[in-house]
Amino acid sequence: MNKKLFALLSLLAIASFVIAACGAPAATEAPAAAGDQVEVFSWWTGGGEAAGLDAMIAVFNGANPDIEFVNSAVAGGAGTNARAVLATRLQSGEPPDSWQGHAGQELIGTYVAGGQIQPLNDLYEAEGWLEVMPETLIPLISSDGNIYSVPVNIHRANVLWYNPALLEANGVEVPTNMDEWFAAMDTLEAAGVQPLALGEQWTKMHLLETVLLSTLGADAYNGLWDGTTDWGSAEVTTALENYVKVLGYANEDSASLSWQDASKLVANGDAAFNVMGDWADGYFSGDTAGNNLGLTPGEGYGWAPVPGTAGVFQFLSDSFVLAVGAPHPDAATAWLKVAGSKEGQEAFNPVKGSICARTDCDTSLFGAYLQTAMEDWSKDTVVGSLTHGVVANDSWKTEIDTALGAFIADSNIETFQSALVAACTSSGPCK
Amino acid sequence: MSKDKDRILNILLVSPSILAVFIFVYAFIGWSVRVSLSKWKGLTADYTWNGINNYLDLFRDQRFQVDIRNTLIFTGVFVIGSIVLGFILAVMLDQGLKGEGFFRSLFLFPMAISFIVTGVVWRWLMNPATGARTSGLNLLFSYLGLDFLENAWHTTPTWGMAAIALAAIWQMSGYTMALYLAGLRAIPVELREAAQIDGANELQVYRYIMLPLLSPVTLSALIILGHISLKVFDLIIAIAGKQYALDVPAIYMWQVTFDGLFYGKGAAIGILLLISVAVLIIPYIRFTLRTETEQ
Repeated sequence: MNKKLFALLSLLAIASFVIAACGAPAATEAPAAAGDQVEVFSWWTGGGEAAGLDAMIAVFNGANPDIEFVNSAVAGGAGTNARAVLATRLQSGEPPDSWQGHAGQELIGTYVAGGQIQPLNDLYEAEGWLEVMPETLIPLISSDGNIYSVPVNIHRANVLWYNPALLEANGVEVPTNMDEWFAAMDTLEAAGVQPLALGEQWTKMHLLETVLLSTLGADAYNGLWDGTTDWGSAEVTTALENYVKVLGYANEDSASLSWQDASKLVANGDAAFNVMGDWADGYFSGDTAGNNLGLTPGEGYGWAPVPGTAGVFQFLSDSFVLAVGAPHPDAATAWLKVAGSKEGQEAFNPVKGSICARTDCDTSLFGAYLQTAMEDWSKDTVVGSLTHGVVANDSWKTEIDTALGAFIADSNIETFQSALVAACTSSGPCK
Repeated sequence: MSKDKDRILNILLVSPSILAVFIFVYAFIGWSVRVSLSKWKGLTADYTWNGINNYLDLFRDQRFQVDIRNTLIFTGVFVIGSIVLGFILAVMLDQGLKGEGFFRSLFLFPMAISFIVTGVVWRWLMNPATGARTSGLNLLFSYLGLDFLENAWHTTPTWGMAAIALAAIWQMSGYTMALYLAGLRAIPVELREAAQIDGANELQVYRYIMLPLLSPVTLSALIILGHISLKVFDLIIAIAGKQYALDVPAIYMWQVTFDGLFYGKGAAIGILLLISVAVLIIPYIRFTLRTETEQ
């Protein structure tokens, strides 16, 4: 009986191997056509993002008719799902040829540190990209002298959006520094106007990084991320005090609002100011059929750098990388060439609602806000965004996020600052 | 001989699933335990021995303490609320109501909806905005002149989790109702009649006859609701997103693992969740097995 059982179980095991073996050739068939396709992984599955990607794919297909483009986009806001899928694929040794990530430490501190992406210095030199991308951008996407990604677009994080009619009705000028901003918000509050619209937790981190930048200035802000500015210093304390003060002007139901909800408060005249990245421009001015607000730039809504940050462009950027062990390296390089080209970026950005990472794109393709952003991008000091992956790697950002969450709950500056110091020691450059 | 054949066939039929369960459940639990005892942080696997430090860190972690507090509040409100409401509904339906079938489906229906959908609807219902932007339940209360009931719902710092538990009660109380209704129907009519002849009033019948006889049902409901509550993730994500104040272990596990790449710490949270569910489930399974063997 036992022998019989054993025999049967062995048979079963053998059968499963046979089935597995039958499956294998089918799986290897696809890579047999190596060089003829490129798999690109992203989280652009909806709205302007997907449309922009399609426009860039069209440029790619035009230039490389013999390469098949495999679009492996995974849905999910800000890539939360996509990144989990990507991490799984990388751990099982099956990288896509190229994938999308936020330029900066999200890529460098995570994937470069994990040995997953290749340097692109040769490509930068061959394509002459060093001449057309801002000088201050290159160090932010480099590590140990190697450049690791091709930015296709640029968004600005430090933008203050406001309702021009509300400001005018209350005799308030657009503030240019922190003190003016506080004074303006006091005036508005006294007049019964909600001074600041704010949304869920990540938008609070977004606000925090702009207040840090405004209070510390560009150099000291950059120092936070390379270890030269002390997180425990009095300047950071001042910045956190400013931050608490700004939070005091915000709506009480912020925790239940998305960034669109918060922007809408400004558009409807329910609040005067909102700090958000410049994708808000697409929401303000985009047509109402696509669930946007359809406002006229400069009339229905206005914009300025976050008070105290004029002349500084706090950026984030979507960029593409070349995987270590990419199954189709040549096709992947062809894709990256398109992503970095003037033609590719001009096709992508007006649709996505961002500006080119290159400084030589045709301004006339873009809307009113984006034209001012392009002008600033070509001359401002460039610093990176925390919330959007430029200055801190994923681990560090998660620790800051946790500390921020506790701070929002208890408003204790001392505990918050010591948690920020601890986060810099455990995941950042502070030793 | 034919009995032996049957046995072989039986074993043959269940062995693939036993093998699959062994690999995909137990082997992976073992692997997760190993990861939770490692220093793995970042994309590349790192099995360097870290002892129980990940666990110790968690218990020192302020956020994890918030998580435990939140889970306790949620579990308490959700489990007690669903059981009490479910019982009341069952007793009401048990009175021989006309159109009972309709009401039964009506109350049971929310269970067919996923927690994500419930969450989206309740996110709107519990909109905490005030003034001109008031909507959802707060607006309803103000129409009805019940202004004192208007509140900030899940954005209240201490009791926010209790507000979210309301949505979960809405979804699951129909299920406990069904359990209790089945239990009530299983109680022989003679017992009730005997009690009534002995002079018990309706309340006493429920208190001294029905409730004790329904205790196995209550236990089942406790177990099922309890483990749902310990693992809650989707409902909270849909209502509140990832926010510290409304954090629970499952959300922390996701964030720490996939956003922060602290695989060791994430695995430790996972194992703690498993233990907490096991503490609830294992005695129940033993109890059920024992009663089944007795029968």
